Amino acid sequence: MTPSRSEAARIGWVVLALAAAATLPWIGSSYYLALGVTIATFTVLATSWAIFSGPTHYISLATAAFYGVGTYTTGLLIETMPYWSILAIAGLIGAAGAALVGLATLRLSGVYFVIFTLGLAEFVRQVLTWVQNLTGQKGIYVLTQITEAQIYWQLVGLAALVWLAGWLIGRSRLGFALRIIGDDEEVARHSGIDTAMAKVLLFMIPGAAAAMTGAILAPRFVYIEPAVAFSPMLSFQVVIMALLGGTGRLWGPLVGVIPFTFLWEAISSSFPNQTTLLLGLTFLLIVYLLPRGFVGLFLDLRQHGGGTFRRAGA
Amino acid sequence: MTMHPTVLSLRGATKRFGGLVAVNALDFDVHENQVLGLIGPNGSGKSTTLNLISGALPATDGEIVLRDRDITRLPPQAIARLGVARTFQLVRLLPSMSVLENVMAGAVFGHRRRWGRAAETHARKMLDRVGMGRKLHLGIGQLTYIDTKRVELARALAGEPRVLLLDEWLAGLNPTELEEGVALIRSLRDDGRTIVLVEHVMDAIRSLCDTCVVMAQGTKIAEGTPEAVLSDREVIRAYLGDDDA
Ligand SMILES: Nc1ncnc2c1ncn2[C@@H]1O[C@H](COP(=O)(O)OP(=O)(O)OP(=O)(O)O)[C@@H](O)[C@H]1O
Ligand SMILES: [Mg+2]
Repeated sequence: MTPSRSEAARIGWVVLALAAAATLPWIGSSYYLALGVTIATFTVLATSWAIFSGPTHYISLATAAFYGVGTYTTGLLIETMPYWSILAIAGLIGAAGAALVGLATLRLSGVYFVIFTLGLAEFVRQVLTWVQNLTGQKGIYVLTQITEAQIYWQLVGLAALVWLAGWLIGRSRLGFALRIIGDDEEVARHSGIDTAMAKVLLFMIPGAAAAMTGAILAPRFVYIEPAVAFSPMLSFQVVIMALLGGTGRLWGPLVGVIPFTFLWEAISSSFPNQTTLLLGLTFLLIVYLLPRGFVGLFLDLRQHGGGTFRRAGA
Repeated sequence: MTMHPTVLSLRGATKRFGGLVAVNALDFDVHENQVLGLIGPNGSGKSTTLNLISGALPATDGEIVLRDRDITRLPPQAIARLGVARTFQLVRLLPSMSVLENVMAGAVFGHRRRWGRAAETHARKMLDRVGMGRKLHLGIGQLTYIDTKRVELARALAGEPRVLLLDEWLAGLNPTELEEGVALIRSLRDDGRTIVLVEHVMDAIRSLCDTCVVMAQGTKIAEGTPEAVLSDREVIRAYLGDDDA
């Protein structure tokens, strides 16, 4: 199926927006560039998270696990492998890890899945700590010539890839299958959809994206250790941003990431000791006030605004 | 019956829920181009039987064969692909999707799979078939009760199944709708569809079914033409013995 004219226009706008975003390192100060890196990071993480969790309604807290694995992939391979191949390897490890986790857990109900993914990051962190204790090593130095601007561009590129993947899936049989699964899994199965397989395939996307994000950001840390690479806070932030934006549309997480990043900046500079508490409060507020995020708000406004939009076909 | 090869057979099909035997060593064959009525009082195990065939529930014992293929242990998606489609006693539609998309679900993933334009054209045809050709773009919330049933039927038809399982498709319709509903099922029968029809409406059973299997408390108590089984003493007792005559 070839894109329609309105789709072509939308693709044009996305490309323009990406090009505009890519100019940040030339026009912004280093403070804004750092903020840009944060926004790009969370855009990748929250968008890929929503591609999976939006249609399946499974809440994954595995982001930190895959991200940490990606960070360590760079840390361990940077001396011996060409840099670009490391990103690809991190992506493959993330996808394979997600497939394994998915096969083990996605047949279970959503509650078990949440707990399992939360435990996963902690488990990998403990294993790494244990291995490091055995070898007497504390952390790994990642010393490269890679600049902040280059990291930023890679993340913007990765965000573009994630959007592309989400867009292609939305137009595919898999995307249609996922919408059916989201509505009624029993009907999906009785219509001939292998629901477990669809979910496993989809879960590989946030797995790969988070691992590649970790791999890209590793040089920025310079020194990586398990506590930094596998921070559970990261998983929760991603969930909150994605839900704030809304998972119903591909652009949803982005409109959650931007305000949340500024809010987070404010919170962590003004109340550095209450961040977890305030994070929890924000989460409650979002769930109560905006259950379907900004996307839901937007769709409601459009409907009440008398618009005659209707989704055409699948 | 030599004209009509067997499409589906149940041999000793059994389902236990703890101590309750909902389906007890059930045997019957469904023949091609025939309508088999599965009848019995409330709670006699009709829906559970359909659930065993469609794979919604795993059988405790026995075997279910679809054209030489043992489907007893297969999951519902595999059974659907092999050619079994169903409707549910309590209608199940996809609430976030349009009427057309609901039916495309069957066309895209069912027994005979289509995609893109072909799937859409086929789904439209199925909606025309059930009399919903003009309501393609409505949302599910905007439909009348009989229309929700029509959409579910169109979704089941859209994968071109070898066997269609209808669980009380006519239940809950008012007299005019019932007449339309019976005419619709009869037209499917005239198309040569193979159907297992779970029903309580006796007139519909008489006019639609080639054979009937009567269940009571999970067990088959009679099998034969509608006239024969509906005048069977044991069948009458089973129905009158329960609250639903
Ligand atoms: N999932 C289940 N768990 C436990 N018991 C069940 C389950 N499903 C059905 N039963 C029991 O099995 C028996 C048969 O139920 P079933 O729904 O098959 O009857 P039915 O013939 O379809 O009845 P009706 O005409 O009321 O639809 C009933 O006693 C019912 O309570
Ligand atoms: Mg029933």
